[in-house]
Order: sequence, then structure tokens, then C-alpha cells
Amino acid sequence: MFDWRWDFTFQILPRLIVATGNTLLAAGLGYAIAVVLGLALVLAQRTPFRPLTVVVREAVEFIRSTPLVLQIFFVFYVGPQFGIRLSPWTAGMIAIGLHYAAYLSEVYRGGLECVPKGQWEAAKSLNLSTARTYFRVILPQALPPSLAGMGNYLVGIFKDTPMLSVIGVAELMHTANAIGSETYRFLEPFTLVGIIFLCISLPTAALIRLFEAWVRRKLGMG
Amino acid sequence: MSYFEFLGQYGDRIFSGTLITMALTVLSALLAVAIAVAAGLMRMAPNMAVRGLATVYIEIFRGTSLLVQLYWIFFVLPLFGITLEKFTAGFVAVGMNLGAYGAELVRGAILSVPKGQWEAALALNMSPAKRMIRVILPQAVLIMLPSWGNLLIELLKGTALVALISVADLMFQVKQINGTTFLSAQTFGTALIIYYVLARFMITPFMRWLERVMMRKMGRA
Repeated sequence: MFDWRWDFTFQILPRLIVATGNTLLAAGLGYAIAVVLGLALVLAQRTPFRPLTVVVREAVEFIRSTPLVLQIFFVFYVGPQFGIRLSPWTAGMIAIGLHYAAYLSEVYRGGLECVPKGQWEAAKSLNLSTARTYFRVILPQALPPSLAGMGNYLVGIFKDTPMLSVIGVAELMHTANAIGSETYRFLEPFTLVGIIFLCISLPTAALIRLFEAWVRRKLGMG
Repeated sequence: MSYFEFLGQYGDRIFSGTLITMALTVLSALLAVAIAVAAGLMRMAPNMAVRGLATVYIEIFRGTSLLVQLYWIFFVLPLFGITLEKFTAGFVAVGMNLGAYGAELVRGAILSVPKGQWEAALALNMSPAKRMIRVILPQAVLIMLPSWGNLLIELLKGTALVALISVADLMFQVKQINGTTFLSAQTFGTALIIYYVLARFMITPFMRWLERVMMRKMGRA
């Protein structure tokens, strides 16, 4: 029953490592989109324009409570129905970026709520514009309390990239699946994928903790 | 085809898929709670081997993707002589994955029960088991219930992945319908709304109700 083949393992390892590059690229791109878009989503919820706040609030809630894999299918297949063809990479990045933007906007919201009210009043009394208040006063202070959540979702987005395989993005899981169906051997590819994920996500999580502690020390927050 | 014609034609398949999704959610939630309590308590055991075992379990399941775990359980486990039927493989994978996340919630909640409660139980000469079951756990449950609400929504979303091993859940049904009709906006859109309704109007109110019941039981309402 247990027949792990080392020769086969070394034969497929290069392919899997190349695919790991794609996985990291997908996670990185998706995260970059999410970081920026998440900020837009949280700022939109803080505008005085009520309809916008409500719509964005509900949209975030909706994205957060529906499965990412379904959203990936939705973005990929609904476009062509209306004449917009998206490549698997584009559709995947939109879906995963949007999904995590919704999560990150909640993290930012928590961070913004940590900034004392006095900071707003001080900025107002110094006659700073709203944009300047946000970028020079509020956001830098909202960042440290947000870091833990941001780090968790960085690891989270990395672990969710295998879902992109369903629309044919050639990342790690997709490659392992392809190897499995070519050779009828699933033990080595799927086990290696698991090990590669562990080898990346555990050290990343540990590094994020260190980084967080470093930022706190730098900013004199204990 | 109007949307109502679409619903008339495919409504029953979508409905049966929704039922399967709900069954998967309930079963994997029960499994996740059981694993979370067991692994969470093991994480705090005085015995190092027991503690190590729970840590390894939690790190493996939190460090890899649910999809990887699902494929591994479904495609690789049979090579070790354990063949699970796809429905079982599906809810076991989701339950084991979310159970690992839940274990950390259990541990965190138990640790945040005030120290005085432990000391009081000790002073009353309670056995460790009785102390845990009668004093610590009920208070820990109250602390962690809100986080479990979020976790259960993650779990519901996780069940959508079992469609990839052909369990006929909601995700699978709409994928099939989309494959024959190419009405992607209708099929996937309907499924998105159903998942949203399940999360927002079933799981969330249920957890709120559970919180209220627990509060009352603890005399804190």
C-alpha cells in the first residue's frame, strides 16, 4: 500500500517548484490589489455620503459571506456572457483581490477605530485637509494595530490560491493535478504540495510575528 | 429565457444542492466542534507528547489549504487503505480543517477565563475534570461563541470546495447547470445569493440565539 517513489518525486519536483513561483506570484499580486482596494473600501464607508456607505458596507458583507471559489467562477464565466473575455489570471486576480479587499477593509476599520478621537480634533485645529489628516496623521497610527490582521490574511491569500486552479491558473495545485492525471500517481504530487505549503506558510507566519514586534518597537508602542 | 423560467426549470436541482450544502455544513460543524474541543484541551495538557500531537495537527491543518487537504483525503488516503465515500471525505476534510482553527479559539477562550475561577474550583476541592466541565468550559463557551459565528461562516464557505470532488452540493449543481446552459450570471448569481442568505439569515441569527441562551444559562442576561 505504501509505495513512495523517490525517483518519481525528484522527477516531478522541478515542475512543482516552477508552479510554486506562480502560486507566490498569484498570492503577491492578489494581496497587492487587496491592500489598496481594501483601503478604498474602508474609506468609502467613512464618507458622509450615506447611500455610498450603505452600499459598500453591504457589498463587503456579501463578499465576506460567500465562497471564494464561487466568486472565482462568477468573475470568470459571467464576463463572456456580456462580451468581456477575461484570461484565467485576470479573472482570478480580480476575484481573489476583491475577496481579500473585503477582509482587509474590516482589518483597517478595526485599526482606524483604535486611533483616539483627540487625533482628529488636533488635525482639525491645525487646519489640515481631510486627505492630509488621513495620510499624515490617522493612517500611520492605524497601521500598527492592523498589522496582525494584515499578516494573517497574507498567509490566508497564499493558502487560498489553489482555488484558482478551478479556472485553469497554472499554480501549484493545478500542476499537481495535471501530474496526477498524466501518471495516475497522486501520492507524491499531492503530498509534496502539502509539504511545500507548510514550508512556506509556517515560516511566513513566524516572520510576520517578528515584523509586527519590530514595528511596534520602532514606533515606541512597547 | 427569463429568470423565472430559469428558476422553474432548474429550481429543484438548485434546491437539492442547497440541502446537501446544509447537511454538509451541519455535519462538518459537529465534527469541527468535537475536534476543536479535543485538540484545544490537548494543547494545554501537562503531558508533552499529547501537547505535541495536538500542535502538529493544528499546524498541519492551518498551514496548508483546505483544497489540498480535501484532495489528499480523497485521492491519497485510499492508497493507505482508507477509502472514504466522497460525501464523507468532503465533510471530514472541512470539519478537520475548521476544527484546527477552532482549537485555537477553544484554547484562547479557556486561557481567558479569570484565574480566580480556577483557584475557587481548586479551593472547593473539585477534581480537574469536574473543574473543567462545570466551571471553566461553560465560561469559555460564552467567551468564544462570537468567534465561532465567524468560523461557521468560513465553514459554510469551505463546503463549496467539495464540489470539486463531485459531491452534488449547491456549488456542484450550479456548475453543472452552467455547463449546459451557459447562463453564468443566473446560475452563479443565484448560488451567491443562496450562500449569502444561509450565512446571514441562518447561521448568524442561530449563533445570536445560542449566545442569548448561554447568557441566560449563566445568569448573565
